[in-house]
Amino acid sequence: MSNSLNDFVKTVCRKHGKDSSRLMDIAEEIQQKHGCVSGEAMDLIAKELSIHRVEVESLVSFYSFLSKKPKGKIVVRLCNDIIDEIKGAEKVEEAFCDELGINVGETTPDGKITLEHTPCIGMCDQAPAAMVNEVIVTNLTAAKAREIAAELKKHANPDKLTKKPGDGNNADKLIFSMVNNNIRKRGEVIFTAYEHGAGLTKALSLSPVEVIRDVKTSRLRGRGGAGFPTGMKWEFARQAPDDNRYVICNADEGEPGTFKDRAILTECPDLMFEGMTIAGYAIGSEHGILYLRGEYAYMHAFLEKVLSDRRKKGLLGKNVGGKKGFNFDIRIQMGAGAYICGEETALISSCEGLRGDPKTRPPFPAQKGYLASPTTVNNVETFCCVTRILDKGAAWFMEIGSKGSPSTKLLSVSGDCKLPGVYEVPFGIRVSDLLKMVGAEDTAAVQVGGPSGQMIGPADFQRTICYDDIPTGGSIMIFNSTRNLLHVVSRFMEFFVEESCGYCTPCRAGNVLLKERLDRIAAGKGEPSDLEYLQELGESVKLSSRCGLGQTSPNPVLSTLKNFKGLYEKLVKKSKDGLMQSFDIKAAVAGAEVIAGRPSEKF
Amino acid sequence: MSESITFTIDGVEVKAKHGETIIEAADRAGIYIPRLCYMKDLIPHGSCRVCTVMVNGRPQAACTQPVIPGIVVENNTPALLKHRSNLIDMLFVEGNHFCMFCEKSGNCELQAMAYRFGIPAPKYPYMFPKKDIDASHPDIFIDRNRCILCGRCVSASRDKDDKTVFEFTGRGPEKKLAVNAEANLGDTDVKVADKAMSVCPVGALIKKRVGFEVPVGKRLYDQKPIGSEIEASKKN
Repeated sequence: MSNSLNDFVKTVCRKHGKDSSRLMDIAEEIQQKHGCVSGEAMDLIAKELSIHRVEVESLVSFYSFLSKKPKGKIVVRLCNDIIDEIKGAEKVEEAFCDELGINVGETTPDGKITLEHTPCIGMCDQAPAAMVNEVIVTNLTAAKAREIAAELKKHANPDKLTKKPGDGNNADKLIFSMVNNNIRKRGEVIFTAYEHGAGLTKALSLSPVEVIRDVKTSRLRGRGGAGFPTGMKWEFARQAPDDNRYVICNADEGEPGTFKDRAILTECPDLMFEGMTIAGYAIGSEHGILYLRGEYAYMHAFLEKVLSDRRKKGLLGKNVGGKKGFNFDIRIQMGAGAYICGEETALISSCEGLRGDPKTRPPFPAQKGYLASPTTVNNVETFCCVTRILDKGAAWFMEIGSKGSPSTKLLSVSGDCKLPGVYEVPFGIRVSDLLKMVGAEDTAAVQVGGPSGQMIGPADFQRTICYDDIPTGGSIMIFNSTRNLLHVVSRFMEFFVEESCGYCTPCRAGNVLLKERLDRIAAGKGEPSDLEYLQELGESVKLSSRCGLGQTSPNPVLSTLKNFKGLYEKLVKKSKDGLMQSFDIKAAVAGAEVIAGRPSEKF
Repeated sequence: MSESITFTIDGVEVKAKHGETIIEAADRAGIYIPRLCYMKDLIPHGSCRVCTVMVNGRPQAACTQPVIPGIVVENNTPALLKHRSNLIDMLFVEGNHFCMFCEKSGNCELQAMAYRFGIPAPKYPYMFPKKDIDASHPDIFIDRNRCILCGRCVSASRDKDDKTVFEFTGRGPEKKLAVNAEANLGDTDVKVADKAMSVCPVGALIKKRVGFEVPVGKRLYDQKPIGSEIEASKKN
């Protein structure tokens, strides 16, 4: 065993040129083959790569899909986000536990199957869903869960779980997944017929500076949520002096309730790769990286094929598109289960073979990014927009959408509605019109932009989705009047506690404290002063956190305190006896009673 | 290099050298910006966030933010003092800090910061986490109950000692200080004379057999609050 591990580690490290910046790939391959990256494996990797063992451990301990302790050959990861919960994930979990005879977090005694929870896997429109190794299973019920568990016990082959493939390219033999992309509404920009290569050809007929000018003219802003002007980002990267520059596509869509990139990646990846190539030309880069979230490993082989086809057609590699001297290629970097890696500097850390800690800014990625070279990181949808802008022109792009927010936006709609799925809508759409479009009735709240966005109530349904009113990376979760909204908020806070990288104090400790007080209130043990406490604590976390995660993680609490204050006020009450209601004197003296060997006389 | 940049902190004009951070320029000017993870001569970590200041109205860590000509920095405002006080509270409740039994008492930057901010007890509920200790090394003791994850020892060991004895593992509330061995500090090549052993702001990395050497009254922060050495250098 040890010899085989030794040989395998050596082979994998050598395959990656003993390059420590490829530690993610190395650790992932060892995890897949051996079910863990053991202490012994860490020592071997460290020796091969001439780094310290604790650096390997630092990375392995960071990502959910990597582990020091052995896991089963098959890992079933049950998605436990709020949408899965309201669609019945609990029953599915019970069925898995019962059929496998283990609890979540455990491995079957024969060491074959491990059962785990995982946050949003990008399948909220077909929840409850789960990952079985890389295979996605959707629309689960307790009965289906039992079937899956029984099958796995029998044949131990996750691939056999896909009986009938989903829509579109999900039926491609390289994907062959039961996932449905559920594209409910096609717009003029992304989900539309386009001539392959048209945008790139136009770009290559211009100078790089002219390409950036066109992107700036179009007023394209980042589609991932932050909304930074794309052209400006590119200009900074182009102007930063360096021999190497990098183009990174952020396909780590981890914001709960988001799955629009899933649809792009499987239905029109060429549009995205073309946009990356245009970016490479514009900023003067030869290297692109697609950072694909670990949850989307099921489309990895398909995307590799798209890349190799593009190389064959001369659209990647040397003298791209016949343009002499323009060399550009793209590699895929797999993530391994960490929401924080959607933050651009954490994503760069991850690409460099490090734990996904965000980097200190300044310097910004456009100045010093991947491997300390100027780097532009853009969202999947943003790159698609670029290709269309170059093809059809900035003026065409700006005619669509609203004045301040040109073009369309992809929305991932899930929750209490008849038609969950991906919608390409013009910016400026009213929330109420969207709700009608997706068949939502009796809507009590809409979470716009995922947990890091805001929860709005009916009073705000006349507002519009755009950068100037309610901005969003695309996640739209709908909750009807039967849902316990404070429970939703608590689940969101639980998510941030688990996904915080732990680097800075406010995000590491503050989110835990926010959740504690929120849960106290939800349990009916809160005081009126707890509302101010939450507000002030939330503001401290927001103001002092180091990156976008902590700067937005209090939003579930702060936006509901603003828009649903009545829910809180109903639950808090002034104590009658002056004692805090959360203080349980019986529980407090229990330990002393054990030591004294008698019950308290007073309490 | 000459002091070529000017900017203001709370309305006071400060001169900075090119490439200097706000905290470096403030220190030289005798203006104290409270901080815990930052230490001169180490790469700023920017993790404790106690040095958060407003720069042209936006929050920035003074230890990592380079001075830009003409910026308006707010440091000593009621709002910032409140946020900093909250951060100090968080550091207390996420660990297990028992100052009265701790040999770092009186020399501890976290404790001194709480005194400077007038915090008698944290307002947040204690989390009482379970943390590991490590006494395996003959000369050094790690008490993770007191670790504030400031990264000083990580940086010093990597950048000054060229050893990388320490790194962080895990994430979120599970993040912890790890050592370059399967389990114990005793299995690493750390030495008590390493730079990494002289940088801990709290009582997490302790040299054995020297505890309580300095009598109460003569300890680092017994007479004057933390930061007064910087304020004392203020140019009039």
